[in-house]
Amino acid sequence: MSVEELAQRVIGVIAKARRVPPETITPETTFQELGLDSLDAVNVLFALEEEFNVSIPDEDAREIRTVRQVIEGIAKLVAPTPAGGTESFGEQPT
Amino acid sequence: MSRRVVITGVGVISALGHNTAAFWARLCEGASAIGPLESVDCTQFRFRNGAEVRPYRPENYFEPRELDFLDRFAQFAVIAAREAVADSGIQWTAELRRRTAIVTGSCVGGQTTEDAAFADVYRHGRGRVHPMTIPRVMANAGASQISLELGITGPVFTVSTACSSSNHALGQAFWLVRAGVAEMALAGGSEAPFSFGNLKAWEALRVVSPDTCRPFSKGRRGMILGEGAAMLVLEPLEAARARGAKIYAEVVGFGMSSDAYHITQPSVEGPAQAMRAALEDGRVPLEAVGYINAHGTGTPANDPTETAAIRAVFGPHADRLAVSSTKSMHGHTLGAAGAIEAVATVLALQHGVLPPTANFLEPDPECDLDVVPNQARRAEVDYALSNSFAFGGLNAVLAFRRWDG
Repeated sequence: MSVEELAQRVIGVIAKARRVPPETITPETTFQELGLDSLDAVNVLFALEEEFNVSIPDEDAREIRTVRQVIEGIAKLVAPTPAGGTESFGEQPT
Repeated sequence: MSRRVVITGVGVISALGHNTAAFWARLCEGASAIGPLESVDCTQFRFRNGAEVRPYRPENYFEPRELDFLDRFAQFAVIAAREAVADSGIQWTAELRRRTAIVTGSCVGGQTTEDAAFADVYRHGRGRVHPMTIPRVMANAGASQISLELGITGPVFTVSTACSSSNHALGQAFWLVRAGVAEMALAGGSEAPFSFGNLKAWEALRVVSPDTCRPFSKGRRGMILGEGAAMLVLEPLEAARARGAKIYAEVVGFGMSSDAYHITQPSVEGPAQAMRAALEDGRVPLEAVGYINAHGTGTPANDPTETAAIRAVFGPHADRLAVSSTKSMHGHTLGAAGAIEAVATVLALQHGVLPPTANFLEPDPECDLDVVPNQARRAEVDYALSNSFAFGGLNAVLAFRRWDG
């Protein structure tokens, strides 16, 4: 799955969860712009976990503000991890 | 008719111990009972800790035949009720049994029974579940079992308002006795929320802390679930005096409100309205309140909102009263929370010792009240509030007065 495909799938899941057309969402869209309060965000994260079969840690989840953070976080979670390694979600590259 | 109502008996079973003496001793030590859960395998969870009653052997309290009818949450209710009744020294008469009320709170009822029954049919492919599943699961099972055991035939019912359940229950009981509808009430709540399915549901809501419960502290990461029960005996002052009963404290006021704001996000105005209503109901002057047992869940959202609500109600006096969350020690016991915390509040008034907020790391500017961090404090307090604010936006606040004879 390319980064582009993954981004489109993430946007598709968020669009479906928010009941808005996917074209209205870009990676730069913020959760605030989507009108997501914390409980709505929990619902979106649930939909993403189901779609990608991943588990998103609570505290990383709380840091999410933009769709781009979601795409980057999911990309890390679906990437093969080194044995014993744990990947954080939504963390900005340093 | 409006009578003064006093508390003449208390009973508690919680992660802090199996009776009131153990509960109070550990509260005063600031000893948190939060630790790795043993009743549910949490290896697949984002959290592992809770506040469990353990070691706990139901057979030490009940005959095997009784246990067929008793989910864990109802067992706790009966155990707490037995202690409260024994503590009060009531001598039952036929008339008193007919005029006594029982009001209990529970959020999830017989959760562990229900979870096991559903696992039987869904996961294990069995064709039937235990025939006592329905009477064990019903949220009023605790109240009904207490009624059966003590032969109490007055008004008996259960309130389910999530985390405010037992404050609503105590408030109803208080008003029944105050108004003369009941001559005595046994009221409180019980909860046993540790089933795999229920914990999965809590995990999905993303409010449970991966470490411990640190109310009002910087570095707080969420709530910690707990189990247990507390029951209190409420009776009219004249009746208590006439029989020479020991009096713990007076219940003076009760207030309720609904946020009408959001199903899970707390508001400032709803809790403030409930606190004001409790103060008005008890004609309590603001400046007389010296302690608040906070709802204080330790979630990022609750604690700053509760701080703002306390400031909205008390103004400058908010800086002169102490606020602590004992959930840091016995966990958030949901439908039992108000009752367990009512006992903590009443004992604080009686002993002149305020239980601390345990697990406190450092102050959070958003929760800038005196939260009695980590160490109990001697303080003679005249009036205290105990707050409960539920998911669904339902708030219930009790006001108590120190008993000085």
